Amino acid sequence: MIEVDGVTKAYGSGKTRFLALDNVTVTIRKNEFFTLLGPSGCGKTTLLRVIAGFVDPTSGTVTMDGADLLKLPPYARPVNTVFQSYALFPHLTVRQNIAFGLEMLGKPRAEITQTVDEMMALVQMTKMADRQTGQISGGQQQRVALARALAPKPKVLLLDEPLSALDFKLRKDMQIELKRLQTETGITFIFVTHDQEEALTMSDRIAVMSAGAIRQIGSPRDIYDHPAERFVADFIGDTNFLPAEILSEADGVVQVRLGSGAEIAARPVEGAGRGAVTLAVRPEHATLGPEAGALLPGTLRNIVYFGTDTHYHVALDGGDSFVVRAQNQPDRASAVAEGDRVGITFPPGVGQVLRD
Amino acid sequence: MASSSGFDVRRQFGFTTIALACFVMLYLPVVLLVVYSFNAGTSVAIWEGFSLRWYRSAWENVQVQEATVRSLVLAFWASLISTSVAVMAALATTRTRPFKGYSAIFAMINQPLMVPEIVTAVALLIVFAAVKVWTGYTGLGYLVLAHSAFCIPFAYLPIRARLQGMDLSLEQAASDLYARPWQVFRRITLPQLWPGILAGAMLAFVISLDDVVITEFVKSAGQDTLPTYMLGQLRRVVTPEVNAISTVLLAISVTMVIAFFFVSRMRK
Ligand SMILES: Nc1ncnc2c1ncn2[C@@H]1O[C@H](COP(=O)(O)OP(=O)(O)OP(=O)(O)O)[C@@H](O)[C@H]1O
Ligand SMILES: [Mg+2]
Repeated sequence: MIEVDGVTKAYGSGKTRFLALDNVTVTIRKNEFFTLLGPSGCGKTTLLRVIAGFVDPTSGTVTMDGADLLKLPPYARPVNTVFQSYALFPHLTVRQNIAFGLEMLGKPRAEITQTVDEMMALVQMTKMADRQTGQISGGQQQRVALARALAPKPKVLLLDEPLSALDFKLRKDMQIELKRLQTETGITFIFVTHDQEEALTMSDRIAVMSAGAIRQIGSPRDIYDHPAERFVADFIGDTNFLPAEILSEADGVVQVRLGSGAEIAARPVEGAGRGAVTLAVRPEHATLGPEAGALLPGTLRNIVYFGTDTHYHVALDGGDSFVVRAQNQPDRASAVAEGDRVGITFPPGVGQVLRD
Repeated sequence: MASSSGFDVRRQFGFTTIALACFVMLYLPVVLLVVYSFNAGTSVAIWEGFSLRWYRSAWENVQVQEATVRSLVLAFWASLISTSVAVMAALATTRTRPFKGYSAIFAMINQPLMVPEIVTAVALLIVFAAVKVWTGYTGLGYLVLAHSAFCIPFAYLPIRARLQGMDLSLEQAASDLYARPWQVFRRITLPQLWPGILAGAMLAFVISLDDVVITEFVKSAGQDTLPTYMLGQLRRVVTPEVNAISTVLLAISVTMVIAFFFVSRMRK
């Protein structure tokens, strides 16, 4: 539905030239909950602003249903934005803020009133309808910004960290509410966050960004289980990185040799080099056991109890370290102690070869 | 901070004396002027008791009446025109992409602040003289035009400051919500800009009310404003009537400037 093709945005020139977006290509599908995830300053907001029309890309194209979006001024794009800074109109009340888009579209009075009432109920702001926006809290402002952008029922809603100012409970509620809204209205959501958990729980697909470029696009499960690069594996969840050597590749499976000399099947990735590579293994995908017969022998350094699970920090014999995460059972203390010799095992196909 | 490093300009030798001298130089003449406007005698130097006779005399003086009305009409039109132009100029210099020649345009808008007033006055005199011969028109229009022109930077600066202080994302949010540029201006920019506009207009009003040099050069016969009337009077006999008029002008200016400060500090 929205096709971003080769979009680059450069700020400054000469020595201070800086790429806020670096050749970004991504297709966002209709009715999709699409998330841009990445650390602060990686260009998430810039990409949203290109789509909304506030930033002209240095090069590249953006089309919606085949039509060139870049030719249209912001007011002609069927896209609404929930701004990171809310950008509520300070001289208008909550109700007037939410009604603004509908008024600009020239909707009849009765329809405006009805839609605005629905929106205020949706974000639980009905009681504060006639307050000035300076007289409500940050979280309430965020909800008004959301209602204001939703009210004109755009084809695409751009949300720039819309939940970041909410407390934990309201945030969870709004996450569910947003997801429900998106499925019910069929509006395509492009959602920006730097909270990986929020991205994993809400999205249909996630694009992980870093330094102005998209590193990987995929479903939450794809991204989590099969990160393609060290950056993605590191940014989302905890990961162990192991040096490995590719021995052979066939039918989408590679055989690798680990530092300990053990050999195991792993997932390959497009574009990985031959020979020495890095293998990513999630802590909860590995198990701790006796040294004998394990893939990776080592010494147990630390046991950290987390309530739901326990983390075992192991110093591998090769010098690397490895964390194993095990689900806790009631009233069963762990059978190992710090300083014990232990072995780490994980099933074939669990390790993911990384690109870098 | 200055004081924590042991340096405080207020404790430097002679600071207080210099400061006091400056204040005395600035305000003593004004205070004397105001005091002698209430003098009962005809001297501007010898106090002969309190009286409002010079205020009454000024009030009843037909020439003063005419000059006052002319000054106010002139200041009204000059501030209206210069403020309208200043709003457009401020929008053009803050709400457009950076363009080539931006600094040049900025300097040109503020030109009246930098070019010696007497030069502008002479230039206007020459041009208007030619236009007068050509059209035969001798009305107040020349003064209105001249005042509007030199008031523009005074109206422009507070308006521009206000525009620069405004959150650009509000206007973006409005256009994101389908508002056309004109609607964005009407519904979002203008409601937040009006304290700046008011401040600019008041400043322009005071500046116009106050002007001598350009007015003196541009005015036709019988087009005295209050300041040029006073200047003319000073060449003859000086009576406290001039003090009385000055005091009233001073009162108007001070009121406007105080109002200007309040308005320009107003929040959304
Ligand atoms: N107008 C500008 N001029 C120069 N650099 C800019 C401009 N706008 C953004 N940048 C830079 O572009 C980069 C990307 O900014 P952007 O706002 O897209 O980050 P972000 O991913 O949204 O970060 P955050 O999570 O902190 O909101 C940043 O390094 C920022 O400093
Ligand atoms: Mg951002």
